[in-house]
Amino acid sequence: MKVTGRVFRYNDNVDTDVIIPARYLNTSDHAELAKHCMEDIDKDFVKNVKKGDIIVADKNFGCGSSREHAPIAIKASGIACVIASTFARIFYRNAINIGLPIVECEEAVKGIKAGDTVSVDFATGIITNETTGKKYQGQPYPEFMQKIIDNGGLINYIKNTSK
Amino acid sequence: MGMTMTQKILAAHAKLDSVVAGQLIEADLDLVLGNDITTPVAVNEFKKFVVDKVFDKDKIAIVPDHFTPNKDIKAAEQCKYIREFALSKEITNYFEIGEVGIEHALLPEKGLVVAGDVVIGADSHTCTYGALGAFSTGVGSTDMAAGMATGKAWFKVPAALKFNLYGKPSKYVSGKDIILHIIGMIGVDGALYKSMEFTGEGLKNLSMDDRLCMANMAIEAGGKNGIFEVDEKTIDYIKEHSTKPYKIYKADDDAVYEKVYDIDMSKIRPTVSFPHLPDNTRTIDEVGDVKIDQVVIGSCTNGRIEDLRMAASILKGRHVKKGVRTIIIPGTQKIYLQAIHEGLVDIFINAGAIFSMPTCGPCLGGHMGILAKGERAVSTTNRNFVGRMGHPESEVYLASPAVAAASAIAGKIANPEDLD
Ligand code: SF4
Repeated sequence: MKVTGRVFRYNDNVDTDVIIPARYLNTSDHAELAKHCMEDIDKDFVKNVKKGDIIVADKNFGCGSSREHAPIAIKASGIACVIASTFARIFYRNAINIGLPIVECEEAVKGIKAGDTVSVDFATGIITNETTGKKYQGQPYPEFMQKIIDNGGLINYIKNTSK
Repeated sequence: MGMTMTQKILAAHAKLDSVVAGQLIEADLDLVLGNDITTPVAVNEFKKFVVDKVFDKDKIAIVPDHFTPNKDIKAAEQCKYIREFALSKEITNYFEIGEVGIEHALLPEKGLVVAGDVVIGADSHTCTYGALGAFSTGVGSTDMAAGMATGKAWFKVPAALKFNLYGKPSKYVSGKDIILHIIGMIGVDGALYKSMEFTGEGLKNLSMDDRLCMANMAIEAGGKNGIFEVDEKTIDYIKEHSTKPYKIYKADDDAVYEKVYDIDMSKIRPTVSFPHLPDNTRTIDEVGDVKIDQVVIGSCTNGRIEDLRMAASILKGRHVKKGVRTIIIPGTQKIYLQAIHEGLVDIFINAGAIFSMPTCGPCLGGHMGILAKGERAVSTTNRNFVGRMGHPESEVYLASPAVAAASAIAGKIANPEDLD
């Protein structure tokens, strides 16, 4: 699978409270959560995001609370992939579990600016900055996580393997 | 190769003789936890399973503590949804209003976690129970759903950082100051994916409440878990609160640590985290003149009885500065009652503070003390992210109960030592 999209660029330590503030956690409705995605850090995100766009951030993306509402809001807003130097571990786990593709690649992050067009090939892990023409090799998923993704998330994976 | 405490617990729960950092394992769970925000999402996922039964109704805890007593209609709907689930699945440890407390204060008090357990919770501060010598970590709602159905979870065995604590902290230095100091030193991703293992001769100088507070904030350094070596204090605490069998796992002498930090607790000063990250720390001697509008003393970090006693010892016979809303929230109903019986509540109210029933409330900007644009709070909670306690342009300064109480009196961030 390959995705191509325009980049929203953020810095270090984007926490789950800015991805989806707690004041909106009185619902688990995906569309409702998407309406407030990134609101406290980037008011224009929701206005500008288009299906297939990509978030690129520096280190420790998704730190803070365990709210699965964070990757859900990002996914429901239309974002096709998040690339970061590193992810906070609960966010990483949640993203895999709900099927939001994420890739760790510090080099790519350094070479990508806001507004660039970037494509990600999940089979090879290759990230291409279409704006500059540069290619980067992202971290492939560990095998068992690939299995979770192939099965369409953790719940399906368990259903399919426990039979 | 030797194993750390965390690695030994994980190996035992995966029925393996040994594990190494980076290994993927499937471990048996002793407890699966969720709250009113994360459980509704987990219930939705759980309903996708063909099996309709939870793996063990005694090993699940559902604690509606965040937006409760229900702050609005949506919160009420969420709580209703999980209540129906909990009752229909006959979940033993579902805590209704009246018995509910902040989850991470409540579960140790109820004896639901003991040394040697493996616990997952759909709440990032599930790492708190490491204070009891358990492996305990935060996960998401989907993991919670899978855990409730299967009683198992996948883990990558973490590498470890060792914190060798020695020395005796001074009068106004608590577990909170020590963990803020550590986070300031290693950074908010300093322990990313790793376990933080606390040990050393200084442990004897840390109460269980201190340790629970410190393990609670392991996640604020990016840690997978924080864990304390079990000693007499731990065992006394477990015996007092639980009838569950416990097991002590000691690190091997040749256990591998990525780094060892030697920390002299006698040198640590009262410490404050400035906005907007917990690692943005300054000692009380470096804070300067920071005027404040609100003080919050409570949360799963510092809503325990020792925290309230400390706050009361400072507020006694004094009054909070006019214009500073001072909100004090006990962690559980038991602590609430203790505070009443010990006369702490009289002190708080006479000092001009309010004392509420247990709830997460303002800690996550939920209710009971939201900040307006431009306002500043000193809070004993664990996060000072942008917008955490209200308006995106408000500010949260993290501190101990002693510093928070002294600040309430002064109307600005203040050193409790100056009041002696
Ligand atoms: S008190 Fe704060 S940090 Fe603790 S569980 Fe509640 S919201 Fe989370």
